[in-house]
Amino acid sequence: MALLSVEELSVTFTAKGRKDSTAVDGVSFDVDQGQVVGLVGESGCGKSVTSLALMGLLPGKGVKVGGRAEFDGKDLLSMSPRKLRDMRGSQLAMIFQDPLSSLNPVVPIGVQVTEILERHRGLKGEAARKEAANLLDRVGIPDPTRRLKEYPHQLSGGMRQRALIAMAVACAPRLLIADEPTTALDVTIQAQILELLKELVDQEGTALLMITHDLGVVAGLCDQVNVLYAGRAVESAGRRELFAHPTHPYAHGLLGSIPRLDAPRGEPLSPIRGSINDRIAWADGCAFAPRCDYYTMECLTGTPELTEPRAAGHQVRCVNPVLPKPKAEVSA
Amino acid sequence: MSLLELDDVKVHFPVRKGVLFNRTVGHVYAVDGVSLKVEAGQTYGLVGESGCGKTTLGRGVLRLVDITDGEVVFDGTDLAKLPEEEMRRYRRRLQMVFQDPLGSLNPRQNIESILSEGMAAHGIGKDQDERRERIKEILAKVGLPTNALSRYPHEFSGGQRQRIGIARALVLEPDVIICDEPVSALDVSVQAQVINLLEELQESMGLTYLVIAHDLAVVRHISDVIGVMYLGSLVEEAPSDALYAGPKHPYTKALMSAVPVPDPEVEDRRERILLQGDLPSPANPPAGCRFHTRCPWAQDRCAAERPVLTDVGDGHKVACHFAAEIEAGTLELTRPTGIEAVTETKAVAAEGPDADKVAIPAQSSGDQPAEKKAEKQEQDSAEADALAKADALAKADAPVEADAPAKAEAPAGADEAAEADALAKTDDVPPADDADAGKADADDADAPESDASGAESAKTG
Ligand SMILES: Nc1ncnc2c1ncn2[C@@H]1O[C@H](COP(=O)(O)OP(=O)(O)OP(=O)(O)O)[C@@H](O)[C@H]1O
Ligand SMILES: Nc1ncnc2c1ncn2[C@@H]1O[C@H](COP(=O)(O)OP(=O)(O)OP(=O)(O)O)[C@@H](O)[C@H]1O
Ligand code: SF4
Ligand code: SF4
Ligand SMILES: [Mg+2]
Ligand SMILES: [Mg+2]
Repeated sequence: MALLSVEELSVTFTAKGRKDSTAVDGVSFDVDQGQVVGLVGESGCGKSVTSLALMGLLPGKGVKVGGRAEFDGKDLLSMSPRKLRDMRGSQLAMIFQDPLSSLNPVVPIGVQVTEILERHRGLKGEAARKEAANLLDRVGIPDPTRRLKEYPHQLSGGMRQRALIAMAVACAPRLLIADEPTTALDVTIQAQILELLKELVDQEGTALLMITHDLGVVAGLCDQVNVLYAGRAVESAGRRELFAHPTHPYAHGLLGSIPRLDAPRGEPLSPIRGSINDRIAWADGCAFAPRCDYYTMECLTGTPELTEPRAAGHQVRCVNPVLPKPKAEVSA
Repeated sequence: MSLLELDDVKVHFPVRKGVLFNRTVGHVYAVDGVSLKVEAGQTYGLVGESGCGKTTLGRGVLRLVDITDGEVVFDGTDLAKLPEEEMRRYRRRLQMVFQDPLGSLNPRQNIESILSEGMAAHGIGKDQDERRERIKEILAKVGLPTNALSRYPHEFSGGQRQRIGIARALVLEPDVIICDEPVSALDVSVQAQVINLLEELQESMGLTYLVIAHDLAVVRHISDVIGVMYLGSLVEEAPSDALYAGPKHPYTKALMSAVPVPDPEVEDRRERILLQGDLPSPANPPAGCRFHTRCPWAQDRCAAERPVLTDVGDGHKVACHFAAEIEAGTLELTRPTGIEAVTETKAVAAEGPDADKVAIPAQSSGDQPAEKKAEKQEQDSAEADALAKADALAKADAPVEADAPAKAEAPAGADEAAEADALAKTDDVPPADDADAGKADADDADAPESDASGAESAKTG
């Protein structure tokens, strides 16, 4: 059984005086022990809301959450806040894009780390301090004993993200959710942090749910990839399969629109037309239809089902998937 | 002669202290001796990591910040020394497109008003009707409907706003457009639209671009020539393809190896040069080669002597004492770039408070025997400490401080802090409305950039 199993997760914001807005609209995916699973998609497609829902960190009011999310067989969505908090300390952990805002600015790093160790691992005093230094060392922060005394603003962005990762892995969680952990960092620092995450997964067997808008990051890191569009997964596959054969018109278009460092100069990009604002509700049809080159009338008859038009386990939510032309047609 | 020539341009910001901020305690060497040439009709791409001085250089060219030293020769005239009166005439011909399209557009002005403002200021079009006609043409060029004229910035998507930003530059019929991170605020699928648009416009209107961006893939895609900046100066410059095919400066090599490519085949095969530590503060740049505190090949000479940008053939320029040896493979690594080196770095870290060394295992490092070699990095702790201090200084104007009071109310305990923050994040916060502040100093109508006011007050303050 999968460590985390998410099925038809939906999140709707129901603020008074505003139209209900569905941020996550039926997202399903699994994360196995020791696996790295990517949620990738553009701004506003529901990545962060998905992760917050899993962590039980959505606001208590004005939100409707539907579907199922089981962690180790236990339903996260119906768990009591108290129990969830215990889970968050010990089994589930999360890191955010902006480490500065996830750290308490007026408390030294050391205190923040030892607090976690005291609360969740029962370590006290000197033992907790020693383990804290160990952790910082583990994530590649030089001179950890000195760093422990410093405040978050005294650390660089990369160091802060390391500190946050140290805190997240302090209790050897089984699942780490990383929401754009490197987006705010420079690319050479990003490379350092991605290596660190890889190392954690390899050595500790931690499962990682990697949330990012960067397909390059996904290509190097994730075993399994889910491409989200307007709150739904539109394509899911193993990383090699997905990048070799992007089959949903959106994923296909996305890969065609990214300038690649290794592409010869002068090769034009093929953008996707319009923007995410041009969409229809999934209930009425395919949300991508207004931007899609493969669109037909069938696309407007309700949400397209997930099918496996190309390979087993490669799921695509599209009625006209992008498939290689049949041989006869090519030769004709 | 090139259309735009920079010769040893320096922009140093004084760091002020004291109750009245009247004591200058040092300088931020944001741009520290940059020379480059932009040819008419071509695109010069400037890349580098956050804080290396890209934006400051662009603003310096437009004289939106004071140039401390050096020449900015545009079409034969040195702008750096031009009196403000005369500079106005050149402002029209040099336009800027900003990263944050919403922040640089006044939310209370409709598109016609935004676009015609600059035209009127520069005396383009004899009346509003004529200007409107011209604007309509430009709107069509950038792919916006004519009915956009009476609409307001917030009614457009990010990509459309960036088109408005481009149109605002185009209506003034400039020769050069400086694009500062023109696509980095945009969604991936929309980035390509804007990149293509910039390329089409260049083709049809003969524009010259200076494109500033941190995304090397974007820069590589649109540039004829690329300059790589590190801590205020160029470390390498080459034609786009040559730079990609054979980066010569250690920093460029590392930068390029760090850019993720959306292709697992490439990602799995790549050799990554992982740099140690962070960018030093530009308020206290390392002596000698500015990269020597992180360079995997740094030698004694590197800390003492600053390398100059030198042409090594075919317009490929590099600022490194040992570029030839590194290319020939005859120089041994002095700093680890790989997994085997982790323990060694720790040993070094234990010797002194060394802020700048971190080792993270590389993906593949098998064939680099030199990594195991002893490292002789005796960075004195005094320098490291000075760096840390300078860093704190530089940070003083960062949003860190502004943030602190708000955050101080968050419950103690990291877990809760994270939670509180997560909650805060789920709110769809509209961008701060500082267009008024932007307008205040926009006496030259073409630059109501949101952070312009900040820079102004820093200057006068
Ligand atoms: N508290 C909230 N109330 C109302 N709408 C919200 C709230 N939080 C998020 N949303 C909306 O839900 C949608 C999904 O947001 P989410 O933050 O998950 O996007 P994302 O995929 O993480 O994007 P990004 O890449 O920009 O981080 C957005 O349209 C957003 O405006
Ligand atoms: N008005 C100013 N006063 C003082 N320091 C400044 C000012 N403007 C910029 N700086 C400093 O100069 C350095 C270079 O900044 P600049 O904005 O040019 O970098 P950049 O390369 O554009 O970075 P980014 O990629 O983050 O935009 C930074 O250290 C910055 O803090
Ligand atoms: S379902 Fe139709 S509109 Fe949607 S992606 Fe497939 S072809 Fe395009
Ligand atoms: S001059 Fe020295 S420190 Fe600088 S890049 Fe070359 S080898 Fe590295
Ligand atoms: Mg998000
Ligand atoms: Mg900048």
